Formats: sequence, C-alpha cells, structure tokens
Amino acid sequence: MMTEEYKLVDAPVQQPLSMHPKKFALWLFIVTVVMIFAAFTSAHIVRQADGDWLQYDIPQMLWVTSGIILASSITMQWAYMAAKKDKFEQVKLALSITTVLGIVFLFGQFQAWGQLVDQGVFFVGNPAGSFMYVFTGIHGAHLVSGVIYLLYMLVSAFKYKVHSKNMLNMEMSTTYWHFLGGLWIYLFIFLLLNH
Amino acid sequence: MATATAVDVHAHDDHHDHDHEQSFVSKYIFSTDHKTIAKQFLITGIFWAIIGAAMSVIFRLQLGFPDADLSWLQPVLGKWIDAQGKLDPSFYLALVTMHGTIMVFFVLTAGLSGTFSNFLIPLQIGARDMASGFMNMLSFWFFFVSGAIMFVSLFLETGPASGGWVVYPPLSALPQAMDGSGAGMTLWLVAMVFFIASQLLGGINYITTIINMRTKGMSFSRLPLTIWAFFLTAVIGLLSFPVLFAAALLLVFDRSFGTSFYLSEIYIGGEALPNVGGSPILYQHLFWFLGHPEVYIVLLPALGITSEIIATNSRKPIFGYKAMIISMMGITFLSFIVWAHHMFVSGLNPFLGSIFMFLTLIIAIPSAVKVFNYLTTLWRGNIVFTPAMLFSIGLVSVFISGGITGIFLGNSAIDIQLHDTYFVVAHFHLVMGAASAFGLLAGVYHWFPKMFGRMLDSRLGYIHFWLTFIGIYSVFFPMHYIGIAGFPRRYYSFTNFDAFSGFTDLNMFISAAAIFTFLGQFIFLFNFFYSIYRGRKATENPWRSTTLEWTTPINPGHGNWPGEIPTVYRWPYDYSKPGAAEDFILQTVPFSETMESNLPHENDLIALEKEEADEIVVDESKAH
Repeated sequence: MMTEEYKLVDAPVQQPLSMHPKKFALWLFIVTVVMIFAAFTSAHIVRQADGDWLQYDIPQMLWVTSGIILASSITMQWAYMAAKKDKFEQVKLALSITTVLGIVFLFGQFQAWGQLVDQGVFFVGNPAGSFMYVFTGIHGAHLVSGVIYLLYMLVSAFKYKVHSKNMLNMEMSTTYWHFLGGLWIYLFIFLLLNH
Repeated sequence: MATATAVDVHAHDDHHDHDHEQSFVSKYIFSTDHKTIAKQFLITGIFWAIIGAAMSVIFRLQLGFPDADLSWLQPVLGKWIDAQGKLDPSFYLALVTMHGTIMVFFVLTAGLSGTFSNFLIPLQIGARDMASGFMNMLSFWFFFVSGAIMFVSLFLETGPASGGWVVYPPLSALPQAMDGSGAGMTLWLVAMVFFIASQLLGGINYITTIINMRTKGMSFSRLPLTIWAFFLTAVIGLLSFPVLFAAALLLVFDRSFGTSFYLSEIYIGGEALPNVGGSPILYQHLFWFLGHPEVYIVLLPALGITSEIIATNSRKPIFGYKAMIISMMGITFLSFIVWAHHMFVSGLNPFLGSIFMFLTLIIAIPSAVKVFNYLTTLWRGNIVFTPAMLFSIGLVSVFISGGITGIFLGNSAIDIQLHDTYFVVAHFHLVMGAASAFGLLAGVYHWFPKMFGRMLDSRLGYIHFWLTFIGIYSVFFPMHYIGIAGFPRRYYSFTNFDAFSGFTDLNMFISAAAIFTFLGQFIFLFNFFYSIYRGRKATENPWRSTTLEWTTPINPGHGNWPGEIPTVYRWPYDYSKPGAAEDFILQTVPFSETMESNLPHENDLIALEKEEADEIVVDESKAH
C-alpha cells in the first residue's frame, strides 16, 4: 500500500479524465446498446444451434441499404471535418445529405421487410424470421433516434451554431452516427453468416 | 489538461454561490440536486419496503397458520380472502411474485444504490453535483412511474403478475395460462421497461461522475471504498440491464404479437397453440445473465457502505484497501460468467454445468477476502458501537452464514436435491436480502446526520438492531432444515401433502418470527420520521470520520461546498495514526500539516503538495 501510494503521487498531478462528461455518457449509452444487440445475437446463435431453423434468403434490398448507411457515414465525417474548418455551407450540405440518407436507409429497411413477406417469412412464425425482424426493427428504432439528433444538428447548422469553437454536439452526433452504421454492418454480416 | 478542468470547476463555483430562490416544485419535486434525489429514492424505497415486507407477512400467515381465519384482512385484500377467511391460492402466488419483484428491484436496487450512489458520490469525490442533474432527475421519475405502474397492477381484477419474480415463460408468455399472466403481467413488463431506463440513466451518471468529476488530488487510489462499490455496481448494471431489456422485449413479442421465441408445442385445454420452434431455456439464459449480476448490484453497495462504517467505527484503517478493491473487481467480473448455476436442473448440459459450478465456487475467494478484511479491521480496534456499526457487523454475520450455503448450492450435484426448496430461499435471503438490507439500514443510520442535519435516536437504533438481527436469524435459519427436508418454495399449502405434513411447528415459528421482525421495523420508521423534524441537532462530523462529505456545512446547500471544493491529500482511512493528535485525519489535511504522524515517504510528498497548491493559484487567476 505504502509503496503503491508513493508511486501514484510520483506520477504527474492527478487530474480527472479530460473527456467531456456528456461525451463520456454517450459512450456509456453506446455500451448499453451494444449489450442489447449482444444479447439478441447470442440468443440467435443459441436458438439456431437447437435446430428446427427456417432457411430463407437475405433480402437483396439490405445490400443497398448497407451501401447507403456506409455512404452516410462518409458524408457525416465530411460534415464533421467541415465544421472543424468553419466551412458553414459545406456543413449544411453534408448534414442535409446525411439526414436524407438516414431516412432513405429506414425506408429501404422497410422495403426489405416487404421482400421478406414476399418470401413468406413473417414476424410471427419460425424464430429464424422473427429474429430477422427484431434485428432490423430494433436497429431501426435506434436509427430513428440518430435521425432526430441529425435534424437537431441540421437546425443548429442553419443557425450557424456548429463551428470549430462549438464542436461538442457535432462530435457526439458523428460518434453516434458512425456507431449506428457500424452496428448495422455488424448485424448484416452476422445475418449473412448465420441466417 | 489540468488547467482546463480547474477552470471548469471554478466556473461552476461562481454559479452556485448565488443563493437563488427556488420554487417548491423545483426544489422538492423535480429537483436536479443529487441530495434531494437521493432522499426521494430513499423515501420511495421505504414505501416499497413496507409494502413488500407486509406481503411477506401475509403469505407467511398462510404458510405458518394454514387453518387460521384471515377474514380480518378482508378490508385490505377484499375478494382475495374468500368467505371462509382463506387466502386465495392464486393471490398467494401473486404475493410471492410481487414480494420478490418489489424487494429485489424497488427496495434493494433503487432504494439502496439510488439513495447512496446519488447522495455519496458527489459528496465523497468532491463534486458540486452529478454529471447531469437532469438525467438524474429523469432517473428518479422513471423509477417513480415504474413504481406507479406496478402499484396499479396490485389492484387489477385478475391480480398482479404471479409467475414468480423471474417471470419464466411459458407461464408468463401466455395470458390464458393463469390469472396473473394477463393484464398484471403486461403491467409488470411495462413497469420493468421504465425501471431499466431509470437504472441506465442513473448508472451512466454515476460512472461519468466518478470518472470525470473527482476533485483535485482524488485519485482512484484515494477513493473511499463506498465509491468503488457504487462504481462497480453501476458498471454491472450498465452491462446487465440491457440484456434483461432484450429478454423482456422478446417476451413482449411472444405475448402480444404471437412470435415464438420462447414458446413451442404447447397445448392449452386440449388445443394446440400455433407457436412452434421457441425455447423457454433461451429466456432463462437471457434472464439470468441479468439475474445473477443483479445479486451483486444489490450487494456491492451494501459491502461498500459497510467497509466505510467498519473502518470509521473501529477507529482503524480498513485492512487491505487494495485487496478490497481487487476482490470487488473480481466479483464484478465473475458475476457475468456464473449465470447458469441457476439452471442446473433445466436440462443444461452436465459438462457445461460443471464449468459453471467451477466458476461459481471461485466467487467464494473474493467474498472470503472481503469477510477476512472486515474481521481484521475490527480486530483490536477501538470499536464504537453505533447503530450503524451494529448493522455493519450484522451484515458481516449474515454474509458469512448465507455465503457458506452458497457453496452447497453452487455444487451442481447437491443442487439437484436442494433446487427450488426453502434451502435456496434461506440462502439468498441471508446473503443477498438481509445483508443488503442491513447495509441499507447501516447507511441510513450513518449518513442520516448529513441528509437531514439531525441525529437518529441511537437507543431506538439499538432496539431496532437487536430485534432485526434476532428476527432475521429466527426466520431464515430454520428454513435451511425445511429445505433439506425437501419442502419446495412457492407452494400455497403443505398440509395437503403427506410428504410435507411435518414441520408445521417450525413453519409456525418462522411465521411468528417474520411478524416479530416486521413489527420491529416500525421502531425504525418512527425513529426515521420523528428525527427528521425533532431529532437531536447533528454536529459537522458526528462520527469523527475522514471523508469529504463531513467537510461540508451541516446542511449542505446546492453545490455542496460554499466556497472552493476542497483538495484531497491522502487516502480516506487515516484513523488512529501513530503520533497524530486526533484519532482521525481528514482527507483534506495536507501532509505538511501533520509532520508528527507522517511516515517517511509521506514527508517526501510535501514538496509535491506545494507544487499542486501553486497550480491552484494560477488556475484561479485564469478563471476570473
């Protein structure tokens, strides 16, 4: 104990973490979302191992929506970098594109459900299909929250409140949006491998 | 980096120095002050504890005195007592279910960590308030809504949820399975969704505050063990509650949308249900992935509180500060990889069972380290027997006697015999229920002066302790025998079965002891509410303790410290240091002021202290 304390005080002056509390809280929120999907995907694996598993085709639409979400991550990053350099017009444009892409993604996910129904895979029925709907649905619910955040950012951007001196919300919305995109890519690859 | 944070702190400083008038609503109802929110959690927790304990008394009446005429309860329970004065069997199941739900979630999770995490984290780490006061307020009101929904469910025509607090499907998934699986179960699930949201909002706040908002000098190795316990509790909650949410969501889909995640090939009334392909075991896996860590969510804060109280009242440094932290971390980690020990008899692969058995038994090691450290802290200390200290020692006692039976139950072979018997009931009520309740009560006795500026009456405290301590053991010790004799839990009546017709006298004794213990709690209630208004005025540091909360004014205002936040120079357990004038040294006292008691290496730290002090001056000039 004594030697330990000695060592600790010897280090540079003790200061709390430099990360902004709100940003830190966002990361913790992301952890909870990760845990929800960790639970869903492990439930999927456990259930699939039991057998009696419906085979179905992954809707083609999901390839398109995955492309859209990746593109939206790129435009979001563009908005972030533009805000850092105080390029207001670019921020507005990039945020608008990201928001539109987010909404198109949601629409595309809904179309994918239609393609599932065409194959005769319904929410009610074999858990294989139900899991598919749960993954896309719960991810979609989180994406709606992301789009709402983007709309908020868009309003701020048009009021010229997003600039290099006021980056907190821009950084947080970028982190959240990248996370939502990454989460979908994880789910998509998981479904491709395990459906 | 250092400068930036310091500036931020001082900016807050200015804000809080203004004594702005607050309306009643923003001060006492939708308050964002962590101290008020803590009191809200405490009082709500007490409300639920009374209801939860009263429920247990009612079903104990049924178990201990199966022939008794309960018609005197009709004014309260209405049609649940039939014309012959008998308790309705399905309501008995509802009582058992609601007792478990209320006690585990509303009292020992929200009431315990909600109260003390909120109250102590900012006060003990030296912060003005939580990272987000708004989220903190939201956390309480989500809990309140959750409680309100659960309360409404008690008055439903078909009764509240009654499939056990674990709500296993298919019983809980099929509204037609039993009365309580109808509207009562729906409300239960809705209430739990709000509860999970409340816990996550709270937990995110606790972790953020502890990591980001410690005062100058408050390194992790100088944190009081209470804070370490609250921190790890919040981490567990953050990782496990989302999984319960996922499990509950799939259950909602099964109940309300007709999916088959947990349901397969079930016949009701001779007719086959359409659900095919689900697995009820899947629910158990998901549920216990929360359910087991939940045990530690309940227990760790109590252990943290006890560490603090035992060190203070033994007038000795806590024995093995680092060992305490490491063992709590060990418990945190292990709590996530032992969940299947609740499922030994569910058809789990026996090989998998033996792995989980092995992991389960490892938990005995950190738990034993903690017990050992408590005992060695007490050893040859100048013990001050305050009521808080008695409850803390009581915690150590029930933790040992309940923990030892955990080693029995952790063995999958023995669990086949003991599973779902009163042995299990005795085990978890002692190690998790009573231990956490003792921690909660110890915390209330210890920090009441800081909460309300007045002292609880200690004579009533002693009476309360002895009634509770004797009562708890009288209730749960005999249950081990009943359990070994094979009595299953959750049965409405035993006298109908030849195998269980014995032990009626022991059951009667347990019920009498339960009533006795329940009545004993009213002494505490009286003491608590009387002392808020009429108690003896507290002094600034009544227990002569070292931690930061005792450097605040007797009734700390919004922002906790009127001036600057104190700087911390030492660990929180400098009790009875040889050479020191007093038998405690506050964390805010620099080593340069205690030359007579410094150890050689501490003298070397004085130079560093001076550097830090210089830095503060620089920061302040920048801030203004």
